[in-house]
Amino acid sequence: MLSYLAQAQDTHAHSRRATEQAPGLTIAKVSRRGFLGTGAAVFALAAFARPSNAFERYPVGGEEMPHGIVTDPLVFVSIDPDGTVTIVAHRSEMGTGSRTSLPMVLADEMGADWSRVKIVQAEGDEPKYGNQDTDGSRSMRHHIQSMRQMGASVRHMLSVAAAEHWDLDTSDVVRIEQWAAPDQAVETELVEVLEHEVRNLATGETIGFGDLAELAMRAPVPAFEELRFRDEGQFRYIGKGNVSIYDLRDITTGTAIYGGDVMLPGMKVAAIARPPVVGGRPVRFDATAARAIPGVERVLGLPGSTMPAKFAPLGGVAVIATNTDAAIKGRDALEIEWEAGPHGSYNSEAFTAEMRETAKKPGQVLRDEGDIDGAFASAAKTFARDYTQAHMAHAMMEPPVAVASVADGRAEIWAPVQSPYGTRQDIAEALGMAVEDVEVHVTLLGGGFGRKSKCDYAIEAALLSQKTGTPVKVQWTREDDIRHSFYHTTSVERIEVALDDAGKVTGWRHNSVAPSIAATFGPDSGHQFFIENGMGHVDMPFEIANVRCENGEAMAHTRIGWFRSVSNVPRAWAVQSFAAELAHELGRDEREMLLELIGSDRTLDPKAQGFPEDFWNYGEVYEEYPIDTARLKHVLNVAADAAGWGSELPEGEGIGLAVHRSFVTYVATAARVKIVDGRIRVPEVHMAVDCGFAANPERIRSQMEGAAVMGMTLALHSGITFEDGAVVQSNFNDYEMVRSTNYPENVVTHIVEHPFSVHAAGVGEPGVPPIAPAIANAVFNATGKRLRDLPFGETLEG
Amino acid sequence: MATLTINGQEREIDAPGDMWLLWALRDLEGLTGTKYGCGAGLCGACTVHIDGTAVRSCITTLDDVAGRAVTTIEGLSPDGEHPLQVAWREMNVPQCGFCQVGQIMQAASLLAENPKPSDAEILDAMSGNICRCGCYQRITAAVRSAATGA
Repeated sequence: MLSYLAQAQDTHAHSRRATEQAPGLTIAKVSRRGFLGTGAAVFALAAFARPSNAFERYPVGGEEMPHGIVTDPLVFVSIDPDGTVTIVAHRSEMGTGSRTSLPMVLADEMGADWSRVKIVQAEGDEPKYGNQDTDGSRSMRHHIQSMRQMGASVRHMLSVAAAEHWDLDTSDVVRIEQWAAPDQAVETELVEVLEHEVRNLATGETIGFGDLAELAMRAPVPAFEELRFRDEGQFRYIGKGNVSIYDLRDITTGTAIYGGDVMLPGMKVAAIARPPVVGGRPVRFDATAARAIPGVERVLGLPGSTMPAKFAPLGGVAVIATNTDAAIKGRDALEIEWEAGPHGSYNSEAFTAEMRETAKKPGQVLRDEGDIDGAFASAAKTFARDYTQAHMAHAMMEPPVAVASVADGRAEIWAPVQSPYGTRQDIAEALGMAVEDVEVHVTLLGGGFGRKSKCDYAIEAALLSQKTGTPVKVQWTREDDIRHSFYHTTSVERIEVALDDAGKVTGWRHNSVAPSIAATFGPDSGHQFFIENGMGHVDMPFEIANVRCENGEAMAHTRIGWFRSVSNVPRAWAVQSFAAELAHELGRDEREMLLELIGSDRTLDPKAQGFPEDFWNYGEVYEEYPIDTARLKHVLNVAADAAGWGSELPEGEGIGLAVHRSFVTYVATAARVKIVDGRIRVPEVHMAVDCGFAANPERIRSQMEGAAVMGMTLALHSGITFEDGAVVQSNFNDYEMVRSTNYPENVVTHIVEHPFSVHAAGVGEPGVPPIAPAIANAVFNATGKRLRDLPFGETLEG
Repeated sequence: MATLTINGQEREIDAPGDMWLLWALRDLEGLTGTKYGCGAGLCGACTVHIDGTAVRSCITTLDDVAGRAVTTIEGLSPDGEHPLQVAWREMNVPQCGFCQVGQIMQAASLLAENPKPSDAEILDAMSGNICRCGCYQRITAAVRSAATGA
């Protein structure tokens, strides 16, 4: 497959010659005039890092994640003799475009013609490719540097190869002492890398990448310090938005391969009846009717689990058949008597009422700044509101599905998973096999949104294949997906402020009460953990002298998991709704109120502002990605101005604002709402996004458009509720999605432009949190009706 | 045993008459372009044409289509250049892409019946097709573009 890859790797270890012995590599030389003084002669072979063609390397959180970030171009790039450049996509593609955008960065930096680039999907192998856990809006944020580095490395290697090919005299290429100031250098390039070819600057001859492939892949891999990077002005694809997603044609012709499209010889299909209540088990079942369905071959019990069990399957009864139709019909024909287990009394209505009471009492203090008790004691007035959110299921269009073939001491898995190496580890453990004996192939994901970070469905397939000795596909139905998810938490967020005589906010108290994701992984403390706390709670950016952020107890009675944007959804919902309510209460303009709350231009100082010791800045070094209030205010102003904030609107229309930083990206939403026959319609949404350097503006826009739709869906419709421990909803009839008859018809994305030096961040999640509060604020401005509970429905009552 | 035409070819499918067409196409005929999304006719991911009209193959049985002509995405255009497929690519419509085949098949049925639909007609015709990634704005633009050439 990667024709030169294996070969290159074989020779790789032997080819790392000492820098001074490397021939011809240097593409620049320095005038002797540059060598003044007597510095220590630390050699950097000619690769002058001038400010215009370099970037300052900065640390990213990916380096601290399991297996870190790999920058070896021989792992990620190969070139065929015909010039085809093959680039490995090591992140899972679930719709954000990272499978295209990361290779695009590499291709641009190396000089490859995109039309001659082939992308291959990495199997789950983090020791080889580095961290592959595709979530947290991290792909571009963590990998744009490594992609540029590998692209520049290959370009460098191609230059060396060309010099060798033409047998260029590199003897006058002078090594450059580190102390030589760049502006004293006179570069004389021997060769130049053009698009997919290299030119001999002396003769004008050119040679294609393919003809240099073998030589180039034998060239030593340069160190970062030796690399010359493209000037931003030279980018052909990065920052341009002119590259379509790699799978575009296959998607439109139906040939793109998703999880369920994998068909193996002799493969059986399984559908599973899982316990309606987490931790429940079948006490008796009758499979007579199931076995009577033509095509049904076996009925097998699966071992169950209860919380905390990470991603272990729920257990239940599996019906194995020759085709999917028979498997599902057989499963539906099972008669099962379930024992509910310890969570059979989980009822959403009562639970939310309990959380409301908890939120009124003091909770665990997470952030304490100033003197909150003093602020409230001396307040002229206080103002408090509660905001709630129901559980949500991800409901990606492709329900969970996986194919496994376990035989002869090896397991091979094909599945749409966000974390292929995590899947490999979990399956190895479940099967009692070594990780080395498990292989995980990643298909396209028909949506992920966090659900496909949890590989329970792939474990099910592996267990059933191991048990039956045949390849097995496990197909979840939509009902399975809605009823057996790892749900977005449910929450009550209570915010209370102290105001002085002049209406200035002197104290801010926010109590967040929600069952925690941590309960899926370990004993339930009843409290949220640092990652959840860092998502819009303790990092609240308002300039208020006295702040206390608290966390009241709530136990988990279902599997809580992360859903796109995670805890930022309820926090932005609460904080941004509250800011608008406060403005109304004080008779203030909402934008002015928000700007005043955010306060002066500054970066927050977590230590001085009483943030917790374990403050989580999305895994990033704070100084590299600080909370910058100027950027926050800027996106707010951009969105508000674009939407015509302050202009007169017809009766029944309103604009609502919200701004939120999440995943180190800043997004503001100005939503225009129109009430038609009592129904909430959202004809126009302005999204202003500041994600640092914008690597692929076209996919940034598509993510913002999609976020507006998902945000509207969760605002209006997404409520998973439990009765006696079981999920009430089942399919798109009672767990509704926004459709073409009522969706944000005109989403306009405004991308704040930055040079590469403003670190790129991700956009998969940050667009979602501000949508619901912006819509609710707009509904209030249109009608005077305040909405505080998600989901609030499509139709305004009363 | 059901006899029907699939993408212009007569096929005999050895399966129970109550098998859902979706699974017959995918599992027995290997036509995996048609997707499973809900199994209840609620999302449109499984949309195919029967005698030229869009139907949900997840709630259509083999008996229902005996003697009729089924067209899937694989048979929509021999070279993948149906005006809708072209428009989809020009507008960079998909995100995850999973629902797009159903969307295209639904739109193709609309344009076959009504070559110049109004925006309201487009939105109405597409209302049975869910896109969880939220590509509706571009889907609408692509259908409009394929219909008008604009």
